Amino acid sequence: MLKIENLHVSYGGIQALRGISLEVPDGKIVTLIGANGAGKSTTLRTITGLVKAGSGSIQWNGEELLGKPIDKIISAGIAMSPEGRRVFADMPVLENLRIGAYLRKDKAGIEEDIKWVYSLFPRLEERSWQLAGTLSGGEQQMLAVGRALMSRPRLMMLDEPSLGLAPLVVQDIFSIIREINRQGVTVLLIEQNANMALKIADLAYVLETGNITMSGTGAELLANEKVREAYLGKNG
Amino acid sequence: MQYAISILLSGISLGGQYALIAIGYTLVYGILRLINFAHGDVFMVAGLLMVYLTSFLGGILPPAAVIPAGLLLAVVLTVVLGFVIERAAYKPLREAPRMSVMISAIGVSYLLQNLATYITGGLPQMYPEIPGISKTITIAGVPTKVVTVVTPVLVLVLVVALTQLINHTKIGMAMRAAAKDFETAQLMGIRINAVISVTFVIGSFLAAVGSVLYFTNYPSIVPLSGALPGLRAFVAAVFGGIGSIPGAVVGAFIIGISESVIKGSSWSIFSDAFTFALLIVILVAKPTGLFGEKVTDKV
Repeated sequence: MLKIENLHVSYGGIQALRGISLEVPDGKIVTLIGANGAGKSTTLRTITGLVKAGSGSIQWNGEELLGKPIDKIISAGIAMSPEGRRVFADMPVLENLRIGAYLRKDKAGIEEDIKWVYSLFPRLEERSWQLAGTLSGGEQQMLAVGRALMSRPRLMMLDEPSLGLAPLVVQDIFSIIREINRQGVTVLLIEQNANMALKIADLAYVLETGNITMSGTGAELLANEKVREAYLGKNG
Repeated sequence: MQYAISILLSGISLGGQYALIAIGYTLVYGILRLINFAHGDVFMVAGLLMVYLTSFLGGILPPAAVIPAGLLLAVVLTVVLGFVIERAAYKPLREAPRMSVMISAIGVSYLLQNLATYITGGLPQMYPEIPGISKTITIAGVPTKVVTVVTPVLVLVLVVALTQLINHTKIGMAMRAAAKDFETAQLMGIRINAVISVTFVIGSFLAAVGSVLYFTNYPSIVPLSGALPGLRAFVAAVFGGIGSIPGAVVGAFIIGISESVIKGSSWSIFSDAFTFALLIVILVAKPTGLFGEKVTDKV
């Protein structure tokens, strides 16, 4: 379980997070919704160690992550698919997957997991030797997710996986997220597409200008008047 | 005809030596977007180390062992120097604007030059003769040093080895990833500082090898001995497309051969002017160089 308590982060003179607390229980899909600039990405980036936090606590199965180097956090079982996918454009698909397993030493396990990722995303297998930069946006997103899976994480964090993708492709991505979760990986998802995110989430938090203002099950927030108005549109 | 061959031979040899320096510039630039102005001076220090080491070791080792031990130690110490420079002068500035790192590099360059002036008293030091490559042989009727022939072969071997390292090993994969996207590379668990250190180690190693070849041809070392070869190698790296290894090598051979041709003509005095004019032309006509990629600034 990931447990964040009273996390304050500021950089560039701006307080991005003003003491948030949240929990990501094992085996669940948890989503963090909120407007642009609310601090969603900062939260994920602080968990991975990319952003060095001010104060507070991030506990992962009882172990404090704050202040640890990124590679230690990754090898503790946390992976992230970053916003904008950020695949290595001039490497083939297969090498992108291999680099996701950078910290692993079990060769047989890595080969097995490549097969596993290919079974989740058959389209990636067809494009195994294609340079990642030549893939479509949806395929790149799949690759970013697959690459993160290659470290065999217990917690998978996804930063805006639906950004800039066609609705049908978004459906695909979300069903894959569910499938990954069914296979035992805990998911922490941040999304601007609040509707989709809340539909698959067990637990959800609303983040507004660095504060958590609401939380509940996905269904509760979907039904909540304020959430509907602010994040889902009147007909959401 | 013989004159032409001798000019070509010395150009190829010079080009190979520049190539070994240019790779150091291009590797570091590829990963840190930093022009390591101290690189040419590291090359000079490698030469001085060999001078002092052989005279020191001459007192304690049997004569046959002095040169091999000196070579080994000089290369190792140069590598250590490159590593330490990065840790002390560049790493603390990782979050600083790029210009600060650049200025730090210029500072290191002057520091090394002034240290060398202090230690040598400003007097030229004679590079020791290295048995085997200092000998004179005759190729197609042209007398030349063995080093002239050894250089291109050694450069080829080292470049092939480096390319294999970069394309087919784990650390090479990490270097390629870091060169493209620091942040995402870190998300894969790649330790960026380790990758940067490896880059400086490789660059300094190649500069040390280059110094052996270069100073065998031009055995008088002064504190500024690294400045011009370093600049020419830098031009070669830009010419070939900075960040690209094949570019640096091709650029270096072009610069080396042009230099040799001009030095052999009655325009001898303009050889450096030509090199730097070439830099201006390439920057105006094709800023990315021969093999350079489109400039994409890292976020």
